[in-house]
Amino acid sequence: MNLVLLVLAGIFVNNYVLSQFLGICPFLGVSKKVETSAGMGVAVIFVITIACAATWLVYNLILVPLNIEYLYNIAFILVIAALVQFVEMFIKKSSPSLYQALGVYLPLITTNCAVLGVAVVNMQKEYNFIEAVLNGVGGSVGFALAILLFAGIRERIEHNNIPKAFEGFPIALVSAGIMSIAFLGFQGLIKI
Amino acid sequence: MANPIKIIKNGIIDENPTFVQVIGMCPTLAVTSSAINGIGMGLSTAAVLVFSNIFISLIRKIVADEVRIPCFIVVIATFVTIIQFLLQAYLPSLNASLGLYIPLIVVNCIILGRAEAFASKNTVIDSAFDGIGMGLGFTCSLTVIGLVREFIGSGTLFNFAVLPEAFPKTLLFVMAPGAFFTLGCLMALLNHFKNKKKSA
Repeated sequence: MNLVLLVLAGIFVNNYVLSQFLGICPFLGVSKKVETSAGMGVAVIFVITIACAATWLVYNLILVPLNIEYLYNIAFILVIAALVQFVEMFIKKSSPSLYQALGVYLPLITTNCAVLGVAVVNMQKEYNFIEAVLNGVGGSVGFALAILLFAGIRERIEHNNIPKAFEGFPIALVSAGIMSIAFLGFQGLIKI
Repeated sequence: MANPIKIIKNGIIDENPTFVQVIGMCPTLAVTSSAINGIGMGLSTAAVLVFSNIFISLIRKIVADEVRIPCFIVVIATFVTIIQFLLQAYLPSLNASLGLYIPLIVVNCIILGRAEAFASKNTVIDSAFDGIGMGLGFTCSLTVIGLVREFIGSGTLFNFAVLPEAFPKTLLFVMAPGAFFTLGCLMALLNHFKNKKKSA
């Protein structure tokens, strides 16, 4: 039961984009069209889930036994960079159509701070393996949900009459703020 | 060699990372609930930026082109770890309030962006000044956003009470949505002045 709550909390209550500001760059950068943001969302779910498992294993099986926990930052970023590269090669071989769809978004994920952020949170909260992976699933689905909704809003805004000074990023930020208020409504729903 | 003052001014005003280039958004939005946090985050990032720029500029001729991004990331991660230890030892309260976002300096696009766009192509001294300029530009933006949010949200500036106790505080501005609103409105304000300048 608790594990279900953990996933739900990741999606709604502790939404990584709207309440913790992780992964804002892709959130603002690739949310102009619903299609591309869906591609980004899928790629992020994929990478974060695997990255959570991989960084948990590296931390608990390599860094802790060797007493070099303080190197976690360097180790995690290397694991994530290698993983993204590996995932890219794997998808290219096994499913060219998915590779086409994800395109440029795959390499960009290395610098998505949500990936490193979730890995660090897992370590700080001392989650066990299953909790860590589920936290990754929840967090990344939350990211995908937020970016999809946001892209929908931005497509609508495009055709509206916006004050000149607010065109582009400012209006996007204000809409993100209103979305963030909506997600505040979930606060207190689940206590973790 | 380019003029150092010009490079610094370029970082603070012409190519301000936050308001002009719109990169490094995560810490910009996350830690600016008060001006002190904004300064702390800005200066930590600036320190990492200066040292990583210098070091990457030093090794720019040794590193092979294909593996440069992983090399840059390792260099940056090393400096971030050092800064994290220094903060833990000397400024534990700041370290606690910045929390998760200190290790996340590694993935701040400003640092990797400057490494790739400037330090890997320019001399050590120019790169150092570029780091100082960009770092100060980032610090200034964070401080301004922090000041606005702190003033509206808790009625203080740098932790000194400015507004009378009875004045209603808009708590929303210290919370997540306030960050988006503040940055959006500040950017709109800048756009407004730019448009005016253009039409005048």
